Amino acid sequence: MSEFDFDVIQRSWVYLFRDGMVFTLKLTIMSALGGLILGTLLAMCRLSSIKPLSWVAGTYVNLLRALPLILVIFWFYFLVPYIGAWLTGSSRPVAVGGFTSALVTFTLFEAAYFCEIMRAGIQSVPRGQHSAGYALGLTYWQVMGKVVLPQAFRNMTPILLTQTIVLFQDTSLVYVLSLTDFLGAAVKVAQRDGRLIEMYMFVALIYFIMSYAASLLVRYLRQRTSIVR
Amino acid sequence: MNYNWNWLVFFDEAPGGVTYLQTLLEGLAWTIGTATLSWLLALSMGTLVGVARTTSMPWARRLGTMYVELLRNVPLLVQMFLWYFVMPELVPRSLGDAIKQIAPPWGIFIPAVLCLGFYTSSRVAEQVRAGIESLPAGQRMAATALGLESAQVYRYVLLPSSFRIILPPLTSELLNLIKNTSVAFTIGLFELVGAARSMQEFSFQVFETFALATLFYLILNLVVVRSMLLLERRLAVPGFIGPVKAEKVAS
Repeated sequence: MSEFDFDVIQRSWVYLFRDGMVFTLKLTIMSALGGLILGTLLAMCRLSSIKPLSWVAGTYVNLLRALPLILVIFWFYFLVPYIGAWLTGSSRPVAVGGFTSALVTFTLFEAAYFCEIMRAGIQSVPRGQHSAGYALGLTYWQVMGKVVLPQAFRNMTPILLTQTIVLFQDTSLVYVLSLTDFLGAAVKVAQRDGRLIEMYMFVALIYFIMSYAASLLVRYLRQRTSIVR
Repeated sequence: MNYNWNWLVFFDEAPGGVTYLQTLLEGLAWTIGTATLSWLLALSMGTLVGVARTTSMPWARRLGTMYVELLRNVPLLVQMFLWYFVMPELVPRSLGDAIKQIAPPWGIFIPAVLCLGFYTSSRVAEQVRAGIESLPAGQRMAATALGLESAQVYRYVLLPSSFRIILPPLTSELLNLIKNTSVAFTIGLFELVGAARSMQEFSFQVFETFALATLFYLILNLVVVRSMLLLERRLAVPGFIGPVKAEKVAS
């Protein structure tokens, strides 16, 4: 163990956290919010009585859930410039930054997973709540927005947060695009200084502490918010 | 959009004298091989740890909990690096040198299997625990009353019925494992994504390449789901298949 040089962490931790961890957290939070909004809309589509709508949403969700995240990352990495060109009417693929590309990927990917959670959440609200809303004369969007979704979110909060912890860990896969997230920053330092062992162990430790603390928090929240029926 | 589609690219010759189609098929084979071996490791370790978490021995439960939390809270990619780069340095030097001298595909394949197997085992352990806990307490008592010893209670009573109950969540863990093998691409395993990446770099036909890789994953998915459904039907105990108390969402 004597050859280990843990000074490398002392030299680089500012870079790791200021550049890397900020990127990771930004990507996690933004794509969790985006994925949640899109996923909730997808869940409403899946539960819709309009057949084509539920079919399209179902196909999208099942397709994305059947593919490995790395493959999806590559798909969007190459697709997004073309989509950008198509949206802006440009004849050449549009250059998109690494962060934007990753954000689009994770938002679209997480939407599929959040959709299934929200679908279960919406279904966990008793049918009578829907009927009561309609009986009061509310429209579909009012019933959803004011009666069903608030209860669905409340029921699903622990699972949504758990999925966000999974997302936090999964963002490390942007490594394959050579982006500077927390792991990416550590890999860069590790390769520059030839200190793979110390850096990888440090990264594992930090990820463990953060994820474990978050999961304890979720457990506490679950006990606090569980409704006794 | 000015993208030159060419679906015949799969029959072109790739570097190494085979066609691109063969390259991808080889990647598929590595994916299946890695997933199969890791699944065996995950099932055995997962059962062991899952049982440990339901025994009456506090130290075994605590050890099991630590195992699960440790493997669940570190990203898979970081664990892959730990197995590949760090593990050979932490074991005694002679063993570490021996590990580093294993010839290339195997020098990558072995750490990949270990990483994926242990990572998945923590999830299997949670399912096994949930399965055992979902059984009525009377099962254990009845078995003990019959004079079975602790190991026999698990071997003959608890595990057979809990495995039948947790077959559906185990199926989704297997599907996750197959998808997760793609992470081994980062340490240089030539699995499906790795093969697709190399084909894309040499042939420049990004979308055709990824489309076929996607198709392969979908077929793999379908085959696993179908065969597990068959297995489920064969093993079903009438009146004993209920919803499992699983708090985790497949990811």
